[in-house]
Amino acid sequence: MSILEYNGAAMIAMAGKNCVGIAADRRLGMQAQTVSCNFQKVFSVSDKIYVGLAGLASDVQTLHQLLEYRLNLYELNEERKMSPQVFSTLLSNVLYSKRFGPYFIEPIVAGLDKDNKPFLSGSDLIGATVSTDDFVVSGTCTGNLFGMCETLYKPDLEPDQLFETLAQALLSSVDRDALSGWGGVVHIITPTGVMTKELKGRQD
Amino acid sequence: MGDSAYSFSLTTFSRTGKLLQIEYALNAVANGRTSLGLCTKDGVVIATDKKLSSPLVDVEHVHKVERITPACGFVYSGVGPDYRVLVRKARKSSQSYCLQYGEVQPVSQLVKQTASVMQEYTQSGGVRPFGISLLVAGADGDGTPRLYQVDPSGAYFGWKATAIGKNYVNAKNFLEKRYQDDMELEDAIHTALLTLREGFEGEMNCDNIEVGVLREGKFSVLTPAQIQDYLDEAN
Repeated sequence: MSILEYNGAAMIAMAGKNCVGIAADRRLGMQAQTVSCNFQKVFSVSDKIYVGLAGLASDVQTLHQLLEYRLNLYELNEERKMSPQVFSTLLSNVLYSKRFGPYFIEPIVAGLDKDNKPFLSGSDLIGATVSTDDFVVSGTCTGNLFGMCETLYKPDLEPDQLFETLAQALLSSVDRDALSGWGGVVHIITPTGVMTKELKGRQD
Repeated sequence: MGDSAYSFSLTTFSRTGKLLQIEYALNAVANGRTSLGLCTKDGVVIATDKKLSSPLVDVEHVHKVERITPACGFVYSGVGPDYRVLVRKARKSSQSYCLQYGEVQPVSQLVKQTASVMQEYTQSGGVRPFGISLLVAGADGDGTPRLYQVDPSGAYFGWKATAIGKNYVNAKNFLEKRYQDDMELEDAIHTALLTLREGFEGEMNCDNIEVGVLREGKFSVLTPAQIQDYLDEAN
């Protein structure tokens, strides 16, 4: 049993035309037993930065609180908004600071920088980060997620098209994974605001 | 700093509510060589009198204007060795910031950090305040050029133009007359040199002053040759 697979998760972040989307499943399990069907794994740290935390649920909640603490302190001291690139670097350092006793989380970051240009990044549990311009995935069915994204992704999708693409990629991927699914949530971040929709999927 | 035998502060309040150690530190600053700075919308200039005790001193190895981050620099008036300690601490803290956030530390944060260190030395056990005031020229988080002064007490102030050290009263009056809000960086550099010359004892040349410039978000110390060009233009 891998500790990263104890609770189960599936998430994708994808870039569109002047927008980014981030989607995740809703299942919280304890190995085979499903405990909750509305567990939050994607958090907004600011209006234009969303972070998805896939892995051990306890660390999901703790890390979310820690990152919110760090971001709020930054914005208060510096009197300016944190850019997603800086947030991604911060997250990487927080994870590496626990190099020999890590948080069991593999996060993804999606946001719009100050010029409203899409930003995506994903990292491993000890902070190794990669930044891409198309999509990032994380969770217990990354094989499925990569396959669906690679197939369905097109650059420069409008917000509505991005939503459809994310929703289909996520729902199809989790159907072949026992540990993720039980519904989904999608956030589409645009310069004018965030559109959030719940997905109805197979409840098994 | 300060071991257990000195776990009490040496800076204590007088009956009138003053912290005399800080007052005395400010005296040390007022006896130091003049430094000044001007902030414009497109940059900042800081300059100081580098007058040496003897013509035998190797002036190339005297550094009063120091770069702390690619986007910020310090100059001081007061006790030189105390300055070097603060420069080291400031450089280290700004590198820590860069490691944490992947970005150059904005000048406002650097100033707060440095001021905080200076304040610590007025309250910690067994230490004395720094005998210097700093002028900090740098770019803020949004790229705006800024000039700050930091005092031995840890108080900091943003300035459009200011002077510290020996001749600061006359220098500030001179600056007040010459400063304009829509000044450009080149004008500011000229004004800085003229102000420095006002109170200069003896002949001012490119080897006995030091000038630092923040231009387009990058801080650099002018070479003697560059200073000489500006001095030639002023003549």
